[in-house]
Amino acid sequence: MFQRFSTYRGATVAGAVIGTTFGFLRAYVLVAVYRHHETIGSFDAVDAVTFTFVSQGFLPTIGIWGRLELSDRIRSGDVATDLYRPLHFQSYWLAQDLGRFAFEGLARGMVPVAAGALAFSLRFPTGRGTWALFAIALVLAEVVSFGLRYLVALIGFWVLDNRGFVQFGGFLTQFFGGVIVPVSFFPAGLEGACRLLPFQAVVQLPVEVFLGRQGAGALALQAVWAAALLVAGNALAARAMHKVVVQGG
Amino acid sequence: MGEVVARAAIYRRLVGARVRAEFQYRVSFAATVVSQCAATVLDMVAIVVLFTHVPVLAGWTLPEALFLYATSAVCFGLSDVLVGPAGKVNWFIKFGWFDRVLIRPLGTLGQLACDEFALRRIGKLIQPLVVLAIALATVPVDWTPLRVAAVPVLIASGTALFGGLWVLAGSASFWTLESQEVAHTFTYGGSYLTQYPLDVVSGWLRRVVVVVPLAFVNYLPAAWLLGKPEFVGVGRWAPVLSPLVAGCVVALAGLSWRTGVRHYRSTGS
Repeated sequence: MFQRFSTYRGATVAGAVIGTTFGFLRAYVLVAVYRHHETIGSFDAVDAVTFTFVSQGFLPTIGIWGRLELSDRIRSGDVATDLYRPLHFQSYWLAQDLGRFAFEGLARGMVPVAAGALAFSLRFPTGRGTWALFAIALVLAEVVSFGLRYLVALIGFWVLDNRGFVQFGGFLTQFFGGVIVPVSFFPAGLEGACRLLPFQAVVQLPVEVFLGRQGAGALALQAVWAAALLVAGNALAARAMHKVVVQGG
Repeated sequence: MGEVVARAAIYRRLVGARVRAEFQYRVSFAATVVSQCAATVLDMVAIVVLFTHVPVLAGWTLPEALFLYATSAVCFGLSDVLVGPAGKVNWFIKFGWFDRVLIRPLGTLGQLACDEFALRRIGKLIQPLVVLAIALATVPVDWTPLRVAAVPVLIASGTALFGGLWVLAGSASFWTLESQEVAHTFTYGGSYLTQYPLDVVSGWLRRVVVVVPLAFVNYLPAAWLLGKPEFVGVGRWAPVLSPLVAGCVVALAGLSWRTGVRHYRSTGS
């Protein structure tokens, strides 16, 4: 799967360009807010700008916008072929997504962060321990993100054209994950709500680990969400199999 | 004249067919409209969240910033409904469907716009229109007839500008199919950026927004309307300049689309 995605280098370059541009746009907006404050919700300006570039760098990798190919295969009926593969259905799709992640993660994520570091001062982890924690947090974020997108894709077994749900899932992850504005900027009540939702495990928590604000506890929370979502996805898939109607013929 | 009427009738039928097709998947249609509506709400909430920390952002108050947000979102939403499908031309080329478009006796852009017309995109427009009404009622503007007239001109030229960008982005696919993602930097990136006072950006990005020319979508006319100092220095010419720039972008987009269509080589098969 790694090979499959590494063949589309053009798209990877494009992703890096987009991530960098949006990183700059968001960073400028946040910097304007910091003209009035030293810190906002425990973040200083350097934290916030770092947050922006790291999240822009790794966001496409984690693929919150990525529509699992599963959606299209349910719609076209090709999913029938996947169903009689001698593999666990969910594991098969998770493996695909991890392959995409492995390639994109290495190539895409670095560019926006490097470009951001040229124009702004960013805060990088000081110890190897933090880098290691961040690496694990990214993988867990990817699994949580997969868990969410898998659930959304499965809706396709019931409504066929699930584009609206896919979009909606993306928007929810983007907002409640802290992509547009870091969760720590939210008013207390809203932040509290975000801290109870799985979306923070996709973006907010890994970046907080990067900034050294969170440690192993955040990873544990991510792991709990990852496990819960995978279990839910598996259960939903089992139900979908009972009612599957294959399109086309 | 008769021909124009006949063409309009054909376009209307094409669009009607698309709308009926969309209604075949009612749940999906509703989900997409709701999701697009929610997306615009969340964009606005993000702006409001920033304003919980600051009274003014780069010199703009909350009602003024919401005016910028609403005009940007309305223009972007309208242009997306009208010519957004131009951005999908890469699929048409990739799968060879563009041949089908070429053999029909109608304009290629018009066909694409009808063929991929999606009523569900109006989900993007509902909330911004409401916010625009609220912003118009709350911004401190002395509404002279000239200023009142400037609002629809802003919306029209902003929509034309975004529309021109969609078409420009789409026509890049005639040369390279992988250009679409980069092109989205201008369309979606432009949509995001114009929601905020452009005073927040500095350095090279300032020059980019003037040249690209996102600053003309809503920032300059809004700055003139609200009596804000803007960094381009066009002052009272802003409301006239935006339609002019929009006209140029649309002309350029038309030219590049036509050149692209002539450059088109079918993928065969």
